[in-house]
Amino acid sequence: MAALRYIADAEDDVRAVALDGLTLLYHAPSGTTHIVASPAPEILAALSEKPADIAELLARLATHFDFEDDAAAEAIGARLVELEAAGLVRRA
Amino acid sequence: MRYSLALKIGSVVFRVGSAWRAPIDALGALYTGYPAAADGICDFTVRLEPEKPWRRWLRPSLSIQGDYILPDAAPMALAHGLLAAEMGMNLQMALGQKNWLLLHAASVEKDGRALILTGESGAGKSTLAALLGERGWRLMGDEFALLDPESGALHPFPRAISLKNGAIRVMEGEAAPDRFGPRLDGTPKGAIRHLRPNADALARMEEPAAPALILFPRFGEAAAARAVGQAETFMRLTQASTNYVALGRPGFDALTRLVATPAAAIDYPDTAAAIELVETLWSEAA
Repeated sequence: MAALRYIADAEDDVRAVALDGLTLLYHAPSGTTHIVASPAPEILAALSEKPADIAELLARLATHFDFEDDAAAEAIGARLVELEAAGLVRRA
Repeated sequence: MRYSLALKIGSVVFRVGSAWRAPIDALGALYTGYPAAADGICDFTVRLEPEKPWRRWLRPSLSIQGDYILPDAAPMALAHGLLAAEMGMNLQMALGQKNWLLLHAASVEKDGRALILTGESGAGKSTLAALLGERGWRLMGDEFALLDPESGALHPFPRAISLKNGAIRVMEGEAAPDRFGPRLDGTPKGAIRHLRPNADALARMEEPAAPALILFPRFGEAAAARAVGQAETFMRLTQASTNYVALGRPGFDALTRLVATPAAAIDYPDTAAAIELVETLWSEAA
């Protein structure tokens, strides 16, 4: 079975403002506001208009984060499920 | 409508119509001294109508109607017509205001800078704003603060202050008797008495101010203050805004800009302690 691929909206459609270590997001397509913590903003930026499966996403995120073990894929997978539920990423 | 009155509060004009004379007379008396509204132009309409046609005479009971309505609003007793008119005006603002980001907050001004007080119902923001308004501050409003998404300035909405229960006696000791409306007992919110803001607040009702301090008061605990971070302030203010979602991106931008203002949560056991806390935090923020 092929790995699930995810994509996020263009950065122009998601206005991000950093406050106190958290990030406020205004998602224009849905008109909703989200308060998220790292690594959610980095995941959204990495997936913006560029679909990826978890392995590709980890490779893109490696510039921001220092992944040490296999738990990273599991953690990023869990964040993707949350972001999909919030409507910020979708299946590509 | 048989009876009607145009009211200008801040920059907003309401036309209040009623099937009965009493609520319009009471409203006119309470709003004595407010500037006249330009003829024919109004932002919102409020109508106080009989719940059923025959109810105009027999045990009168009124319903609030207007441009924007809540379908399940309970009918009210005619004796509380003044409260109904006020609730009707609040409802039109809360549901229909598109020009400003509306914050359910009281605000007062000093030296061109605004203090915003916001919190849940019963937190005491109306009482604190009313007291500060008699003690060297200009009252901008006790219920709604209007944030201009373009400039970031706060605009006044100095409607009559709605004093509830214990706050009535507190303010009866501060303001002249002719500034009060009738005492309304047994309303859904308990005893209510309206207080007209003072002459300075009315004369400067269209003068905006720059937000300088945001406080989240809470009544009933020992006096204490703690700084509130920007993300928490943002979250609390989205909850305090009635039209944040409707405004979309401009609302988001206005609010993220506003949260750069210093903010604190304060607990207070009595109004004297609250005033002291406010003045201390204000001088620290200056």
